[in-house]
Amino acid sequence: MSFPWAKNYEPVNPVMKFMDEKLPLPRLVYNAVGAGYPVPRNLSYWWNFGVLAGFCLVLQIVTGVVLAMHYAANSGIAFNSVEHIMRDVNWGWMLRYMHANGASFFFLVIYIHIFRGFFYSSYKAPREMIWLLGVVIFLLTMATAFMGYVLPWGQMSFWGAKVITGLFSAIPLVGEPIQIWLLGGFAPDNAALNRFFSLHFMLPFVILGVVILHIWALHIPGSSNPTGVEVKQESDTLPFHPYYTAKDGFGLGVFLIIYFAFVFFFPNMLGHPDNYIEANPLSTPAHIVPEWYFYPFYAILRAFTFDFIIEAKLWGVLAMFSSILVWFFLPWLDKSPVRSGHYRPLFRKFFWFGLIPCMAVLFYCGGAPAAEPYVMISQIATAYYFLHFLVILPIISSIERPEPLPFSITEAVLGSDDSAVIEPAAKAAE
Amino acid sequence: MIRLVGILVGLGFTFVVLLTFGVGAYTAATEPAAETAEHAFHLTPKEDVHFSFEGPVGRWDVAQLQRGYKVYKEVCSACHSLKQVAFRNLADLGYSEAQVKAEAAAWRVPGIDPNTGEATTRPGLPTDAFPSPYPNSVAAAAANNNAIPPDLSLMTKARHEGSHYVYSLLTGYQEPSAELAERFPDSLPGPGLHHNPYFANLNLAMAPPLTSEGQVTFDDGTVATVDQMAQDVAAFLTWTAEPKLVKRKQTGWPVLGFLLFATLLAWFAKKSVWANAKRRED
Repeated sequence: MSFPWAKNYEPVNPVMKFMDEKLPLPRLVYNAVGAGYPVPRNLSYWWNFGVLAGFCLVLQIVTGVVLAMHYAANSGIAFNSVEHIMRDVNWGWMLRYMHANGASFFFLVIYIHIFRGFFYSSYKAPREMIWLLGVVIFLLTMATAFMGYVLPWGQMSFWGAKVITGLFSAIPLVGEPIQIWLLGGFAPDNAALNRFFSLHFMLPFVILGVVILHIWALHIPGSSNPTGVEVKQESDTLPFHPYYTAKDGFGLGVFLIIYFAFVFFFPNMLGHPDNYIEANPLSTPAHIVPEWYFYPFYAILRAFTFDFIIEAKLWGVLAMFSSILVWFFLPWLDKSPVRSGHYRPLFRKFFWFGLIPCMAVLFYCGGAPAAEPYVMISQIATAYYFLHFLVILPIISSIERPEPLPFSITEAVLGSDDSAVIEPAAKAAE
Repeated sequence: MIRLVGILVGLGFTFVVLLTFGVGAYTAATEPAAETAEHAFHLTPKEDVHFSFEGPVGRWDVAQLQRGYKVYKEVCSACHSLKQVAFRNLADLGYSEAQVKAEAAAWRVPGIDPNTGEATTRPGLPTDAFPSPYPNSVAAAAANNNAIPPDLSLMTKARHEGSHYVYSLLTGYQEPSAELAERFPDSLPGPGLHHNPYFANLNLAMAPPLTSEGQVTFDDGTVATVDQMAQDVAAFLTWTAEPKLVKRKQTGWPVLGFLLFATLLAWFAKKSVWANAKRRED
């Protein structure tokens, strides 16, 4: 589907004509990310991050496939095979640093993409399915990243795997058997490493599949935009190519500069030194922490320290999983008819002075030692997190008085819109 | 309906987390956590030495790496292996192929007697890794009061501020302060342990390895003070941890230069493409 004024693919070259008749792949690309996809003309740079996330996924797959050619998924030699990549494989050090930092930048981009969705309520009708698929992608990416971090078989790999699979042991009655079944043993060992490698290789292609569904679902209603006003007419849109390919090209350049600055000059800054020590089941690191991109959820997990009816650990696990599951229900929790935070004064205040500081605190506390005052601070932030999504959002969506919206995207961009004066139908009849 | 359920679930989680906050706050107020000796006396690595490989245009000081190698060979290698590094890698330190072969042959590595099949040792080849002085970890533990000397290949990457950490640890041995003895008598070094504030738990099994000036004789005439030897071996271990460190930084600049240029072009392309899309006049 597309808007009626979308450009049509008309091949000139006989080869392309042949191709279009037999397998209209160029037409698909043209309509998906070419001139055949009309996009709101007012997208800000916050709308670059979807394309950047797609780029990161491809980057991770390409570097990962090459790394897998040199990596050995065996607990006896995995650590040494990573060092072999760092020392003896041609440009292996660069591939591995690109892959490790690529994961961090992938998450950075995804977080910005998600929070753009929060601010502009991109999850609202008619885009619920895009949002739901996005949350699925996020969950799959978290699972993939976690299993990837286990592969170097360093101390944090081993103990991280132990802590995270240990979460399942909090489930009453069946918890322990589930943990043993997941690990293939009583503790992480060769069986666990092998299955994590297998899944770490397979899941990115599942993610790729869901990304295709995500983009497909996006092309049904078309992209959202900073005003939150739906596209009404041709003057509201511009063809994706060349306008947004050019804009995304510049955004990609800026992204690559920052990314490669880390790869070449601070490659270990986002990692943990303990992972350069080979896994040792007999020596527990002083602070077991996940990678930085899991900090907020790790902080929520550790915020529950008191057995209230059920074990504190089970509360933590329930809260951690719920903290992402609530995102699935956002389209139905926030009933305000206005999408963009720019026209929602109350929502905007809670976003900038509530949700953003709350996430910042959770990020900080997730990486801090499990001691006071960090636990108490993360408890306050966890309380706000759940209040924000489950209580504050539903309430403000019914009591808030939104500010007046522009008639159309054209009016928002140009200051006036002829069709705002004359009825669009009357204008079309002229 | 979904919002009602949502509000109830949200209030439920909030209630439980605030309850646990209350319990935690009460505990923290009534039984404040005692300060630990590590928290009070552990020092972060010294920042007052500068290594040639630091900074965005850092380079190896090859003479320093050779001196550091000699410190490793004559002091550290008595207990510590370097299993990720092969003798052939010494070519990076400016040694010729013949020198590498001769150097490798001076080390004994584990081998198999070709006639009897029994375990034996043979002279090293350039392809061999630096051997461990112990046949296995049980022997290493037995010889060192149960503390297994760690492999040093990755030591500077396995600690925060690794190069400075190694230097600080080697020059940081000292008598425990009177304050430590008074406040944390349990944290005084026990038998076979040595106090060092740069070590995570303040006491380590390794005796001070660099003790006197001239312990190693440097071929380039540099005076082998303890401080000099510590710096040189810290530099050498930075190289063993990341032999591609300098190549990485040297590769980074052209990549960033290219990207800056490409991004500039992309910016002008974007400007020119968007020039004919009318914007609000303001």
